[in-house]
Amino acid sequence: LSHGAGGRVSAQLVRELFARHFANPALDAGDDGAVLPAPGPGERLVMATDAHVVSPLFFPGGDIGCLSVHGTINDVAVMGARPLYLSASFILEEGYPLADLARIVESMARAAREAGVPVVTGDTKVVEQGKGDGVFISTTGLGALPAGRTLSGNQARPGDAILVSGTMGDHGMAIMAQRESLAFDSEIVSDTAALHGLIAQLLEAAPSVRVLRDPTRGGLATTLNEIASQSGVGMVLEEKAIPVREQVDAACELLGLDPLYVANEGKLVVVVPAEHAEAALAALRAHPLGSDAARIGEIVEDANAFVQIRTGFGGKRMVDWLSGEQLPRIC
Amino acid sequence: MLERRRVRVSGVVQGVGFRPFVYRLAQELDLAGWVRNDAHGVEMEVQGLPGNISALLVRMVKEAPRLARVDQVDTSGRAPDLEDRGFTIRPSRGGAVTTAIGVDTAVCPDCLAELFDPTDRRWRYPFINCTQCGPRYTITHSLPYDRANTSMARFVQCEACQDEYDAPTHRRFHAEPNACPVCGPALSYYRIDGVRVATRDPVADALLAILSGQVVAIKGLGGFNLVCDARNPEAVERLRARKARGGKPFAVMVLNGASARRYARLDADEAALLDGPERPIVLLEKRPEADLDLWGVAPELDRIGLMLPNTPLHYLLFHDEAGRPDGRGWLDAEQPLALVVTSANPGGEPLVIDNEAAMRRLQGLADFVLTHDRDILVRADDSVMRVVDRAPMSIRRGRGYTPQAIRIGRKGPPVLATGGYLKNAICLTRGDEAFLSQHVGDLDNAASCVAMDEAIAHLSKVLACTPEWIACDRHPDFHATRVAHALAQERGLPLVEVQHHHAHIAAVLAEHGLTEPALGLALDGVGLGDDGTAWGGELLHVDGARCERLGHLRPLRLPGGDRAAREPWRMAASALFALGQADRIAERFGHLKGADRLAGMLERGTRCPPTSSMGRWFDAAAGLLGVCEVMQYEGEAAMRLEALAAGYGPVLPRYGSWSVDQDRVLDLGGLLAGLVDETVPARGAAVFHTTLIAALEQWVADAARATGVRTVALGGGCFLNALVTEGLTRRLGTRGLTVLRAGRAPTHDGGLALGQAWVAIAHAME
Ligand SMILES: [Fe+3]
Ligand SMILES: [Mg+2]
Ligand SMILES: [Zn+2]
Ligand SMILES: [Zn+2]
Repeated sequence: LSHGAGGRVSAQLVRELFARHFANPALDAGDDGAVLPAPGPGERLVMATDAHVVSPLFFPGGDIGCLSVHGTINDVAVMGARPLYLSASFILEEGYPLADLARIVESMARAAREAGVPVVTGDTKVVEQGKGDGVFISTTGLGALPAGRTLSGNQARPGDAILVSGTMGDHGMAIMAQRESLAFDSEIVSDTAALHGLIAQLLEAAPSVRVLRDPTRGGLATTLNEIASQSGVGMVLEEKAIPVREQVDAACELLGLDPLYVANEGKLVVVVPAEHAEAALAALRAHPLGSDAARIGEIVEDANAFVQIRTGFGGKRMVDWLSGEQLPRIC
Repeated sequence: MLERRRVRVSGVVQGVGFRPFVYRLAQELDLAGWVRNDAHGVEMEVQGLPGNISALLVRMVKEAPRLARVDQVDTSGRAPDLEDRGFTIRPSRGGAVTTAIGVDTAVCPDCLAELFDPTDRRWRYPFINCTQCGPRYTITHSLPYDRANTSMARFVQCEACQDEYDAPTHRRFHAEPNACPVCGPALSYYRIDGVRVATRDPVADALLAILSGQVVAIKGLGGFNLVCDARNPEAVERLRARKARGGKPFAVMVLNGASARRYARLDADEAALLDGPERPIVLLEKRPEADLDLWGVAPELDRIGLMLPNTPLHYLLFHDEAGRPDGRGWLDAEQPLALVVTSANPGGEPLVIDNEAAMRRLQGLADFVLTHDRDILVRADDSVMRVVDRAPMSIRRGRGYTPQAIRIGRKGPPVLATGGYLKNAICLTRGDEAFLSQHVGDLDNAASCVAMDEAIAHLSKVLACTPEWIACDRHPDFHATRVAHALAQERGLPLVEVQHHHAHIAAVLAEHGLTEPALGLALDGVGLGDDGTAWGGELLHVDGARCERLGHLRPLRLPGGDRAAREPWRMAASALFALGQADRIAERFGHLKGADRLAGMLERGTRCPPTSSMGRWFDAAAGLLGVCEVMQYEGEAAMRLEALAAGYGPVLPRYGSWSVDQDRVLDLGGLLAGLVDETVPARGAAVFHTTLIAALEQWVADAARATGVRTVALGGGCFLNALVTEGLTRRLGTRGLTVLRAGRAPTHDGGLALGQAWVAIAHAME
């Protein structure tokens, strides 16, 4: 891949790689923008955007391509909307192998196709060597929100149940293990996945769901703290109820990390009134992406908006909202 | 030749029997006039012969009641009033409150004499007290210190008590918690399930339960304690299991010094501290035989924490055990009863203080609850002290010590400092006095975080002081730091973030009232440094608000971050890696999970942040010597290393096993290298201590020579280690340096807030 070769090379790249893989009527028109039908009557639009930077670009269970599709679809879907379209823009580093780029684009196209959410517009820039890190992908998603539905982080109420759709920390630990060449007895695989199918099933079974989030960067701990502070409530979690894969747990122990702070890319956090918690849980478990779903705690009244976790010894520990990575703090 | 003078006395002079004392002196010296409490302390006018007035001024300081502390006496002349004949105690005058609050004090000898006098109306009454003893801080919600502002407000005194309270010459004159069996609080006894036990003698029942191996929660001055028979290994083990305490030592209560000597060796200083009005737990040299009697109480350690009874209720238990003799002769006799007394704080949360919570939160911890209806309003853990080089050293500051003021030699605007993450305490200053709160706890649980917020609110209230500056640590992820930021923003106050080790040194300077520049040797766990890395073995130059890093320990990697602080084997692995012997990690620690991976992690630097922490070098030594691989409680590795070294006796330092480079980085790698193949752990521990002291001496002395600064302050958690503290103090002394260290505030993070406040005042003054 070379930089600054003018329009021709770029156009060729777009034609041979992107247009071929992402093919759909709106994109195929080849114009500067995509012309799209309006959503149904009474529906509102939901738009979300995400820039994806990941190292390594390929990891067990996925790559930056499918990740950039899943991440944005999930951001739209957790608002309760049906994801409709995606845009994608690429920042490529000069010298990046075309074959690898092709794998990324193929993976991305496959993810979009499987999710049923086409990439309808896009852009590509090539930057000088050293000014990028291989491939950066920004995606924007557009979705339709049915009339009367509002999901927001400020709706958690004391007494509500907190559910997760599966094991915590898989994505972050898969990346870490790959990046640091840490070998574990069994490979840790990223959970990257598009969640709108799971969410549709959940909302059908439990329309009273108040909050949905995908606990990505900062993990479950960060997401729950965000919800607690947005809603002005506290939370009490049960440590032993939180699903964590054995090998993720072992890796976390070795690295001194708390799996609650490790990123997920295919998991949901659900806050639902207690009386509908079991229905919601059953709906999650009925979907292949939610087979490990669990009820992990409840919302409590707390002006401090503390998130606490009950540990094995009957004690309760704070699940702090960290400012960044887990810095040493034991004096 | 009549003279009249107005006299103002400030210090701890209220609620300690100061006015009746002055009244008696005035009578004796034939002086007329009056005395009263006011917002600043005690004020009086005395009239009589000049010689007698002088005598009063002298004796007022020399013979002051045991709980009083006279800080300042100002006098001015007044025109004599020939009509004035008698001496009176006048009603208090209000105004802005700047007087100090009294501390909770162990029952005094006079009250003890009454307690065991069968003819006394307070015979065996567990709430006996007087102006010289009893609860203060823990029962007071606001100032002025009057009965109405305490949890005694709901007990209306009977006639006999009221008479004592009103009589200026009585030792219960204005003793705010004054009470008797007719009018005061009463005991009650419950099963832990909340069912009240119908008994006329709760104390006897509780003692019986204890002696039969059960755990009884007993309400003390500052909170509930869990109590069991220290001589019953099964009971001790049960309590240990219930508290999920691992091998962490328990404190033991015995009747008196004579009984303490059965289990520990104590010198005169230690005996005095043990028996003092604060009645702290004192860490004493454990007799080797003690482990046979007190199996499992303080395993693997050379020290044991002992305390004497501090409330009348505790004494009643021992009185029962002694067969309820009359009089006080038995109080001095040796008694075998030894009780484990430990904080009733489920899951590391703050101490339980109220009755309802006791039944609820102590389920599964205690079997019975011995309690009463005088509410505790302020939580205070038992204080823990140790004597180092003949000077008391605070290990946990609580009951009996808070809220004693520490004079810091610098006056400034009121500062609130929020302290650290573990062993948190907060500090509020007023003028040149710093009020370091009681031990709040580790801010890793919500209840402790709330307790910290309460401590701030309560201290501000009882000191009638609104902070104008806020100080905190630099670490962004402490609740203490977040609260400081929120308060500063909310109230629009200036905020000073003080580097952790600057604060440790400043705390020592504050205690000694030193305002000149000083060298600081901070030996600590980890604290966030100016460069964003974890510091903890620092040679500093501290000049008020300024702090310069002159040197530091050679950094070691922390494999797994904070996890390495709990697993000394990780630090041992880190040391092996640093010594180029990474291949020996798996061989040495192969029985531990992850040992085969650690070398790889260290190699790539995965989750291996560097730290210059001294504490982690101790851990590395303990891990290499096999003394402690995974800690069951905080500080275990260093404590056991110290115990081994103390037991082994003196050795020569290994000269040449350390080096200091041109950046004044002290490298102890050679010292650790010598421990890798050491076969006698105790000898290794002794060599480590002795050599470390020699290395530190050279390091500090060189810096003193280079900078011309002759005073060095020692701060940070590692100075809990008496071998290092005593050894280094002595050796730096022989180099002609003045050595300062913490005494009244803990040297660990429990004293951090004091240093933060001191630095903020220095900022405010600039
Ligand atoms: Fe510290
Ligand atoms: Mg996102
Ligand atoms: Zn008394
Ligand atoms: Zn009475």
